[in-house]
Amino acid sequence: MKVAVASGKGGTGKTIISTALALAWGRTALLDCDVEAPNAHLLIRPEITGREIVTRLVPRVEEELCTHCGLCAEFCRYHALAVLPKRWMVFDELCHSCGGCQIVCPTDAIVESSRPLGELVTGHRDELLFVQGILNNGETQPVPVIREVLGRSPEDRDVVIDSPPGASCSMLTVAAAADIVLLAAEPTPFGFHDLKMAVRAIRELGRPMAVVINRSDWGDGSVRRFCDDEHLPVLLEIPHLREVAEGYTRALPLTQSAPHLTPDLIRLRAKLQALITEAAA
Amino acid sequence: MKVCVTASHEGIDAPVDDRFGRAPYFVIVDTETLETTSIANSTVNESHGAGVSSATTVAQSGAEALVTAHCGPRAFDVLNAAGIKVFAAQPGTVREAIEAFQNGVLTQLAEADAPAGGLRR
Repeated sequence: MKVAVASGKGGTGKTIISTALALAWGRTALLDCDVEAPNAHLLIRPEITGREIVTRLVPRVEEELCTHCGLCAEFCRYHALAVLPKRWMVFDELCHSCGGCQIVCPTDAIVESSRPLGELVTGHRDELLFVQGILNNGETQPVPVIREVLGRSPEDRDVVIDSPPGASCSMLTVAAAADIVLLAAEPTPFGFHDLKMAVRAIRELGRPMAVVINRSDWGDGSVRRFCDDEHLPVLLEIPHLREVAEGYTRALPLTQSAPHLTPDLIRLRAKLQALITEAAA
Repeated sequence: MKVCVTASHEGIDAPVDDRFGRAPYFVIVDTETLETTSIANSTVNESHGAGVSSATTVAQSGAEALVTAHCGPRAFDVLNAAGIKVFAAQPGTVREAIEAFQNGVLTQLAEADAPAGGLRR
């Protein structure tokens, strides 16, 4: 199975939970899809064995063929192109690599050129396979890098995906690739607000969801009530533990900082599997 | 010559709008005749690329100068490529901006002075 650990708000415990699950379950893969700020490697400490450049296609013009008719710029939904009487300009950072400008060009003046966007890092720690995507600084489009990471998802083992925060394209790209989305919820007003947004967005995709409430001893219980009202199974509640916070500052995964939670993490595997089976039925 | 002023409404007496890419109107004024054309900005609500598209619109209007308060880097690149000079607007109406332009009291922007993607406010 493929489990995406997502949240809405950042800092609710996605990385702590996803790395802990991957480590507790043994022979797994951990995909770090939080490509704008990947940090799962700090807790996994994998041996890195591969680094590849991730590229994407952007348009370039053959000036002698361009009539400056402007059809490409008119087509471009993202305004990545500006066509002036004597100049053709492209803003790579706005381009979504759809290739539409090339298709609409009546004189075949547009060619596609590949541009580095980020990096794909692979490695392992014992039996755990580790894949991480890194978006280059200044780049604004994480999704192509995320897709590359997801493309390395192995079929011979369970896969845990550390999702980007938010409830936009990045997170939904990951959620759509998973069999189930495990939401790391935090009972703060901000955490609760974003949890509701994430739930709404993931529901549109029709993916089954479950919740882990992190720092579960905080707040007024409204996150728990929301989950019950929305029929979101709460699979685990982790209170705010000093040893977890201390362990995190020393880059220790939950399996080491709070080993008493490991049996719960292992039991989560069967619970998630059951929810996937139930959703498919 | 034709000068474009960013404005919140149509016409020469409209107030100057201090954004470029997301200004509601581009008012094009012929400085000789004060003949005025107002172009509604189709990219007011765009999340990205409003500057590029707006700069193209201004270039197509035949304006040789632009008076606006702030201009982002991509819009500035396109305006520059089109040979359009950018001048910093003072608060007031389009008519006042044109007068100030003709009196030579407006400062020309040498580079973009706003972040890409618009001013957050």
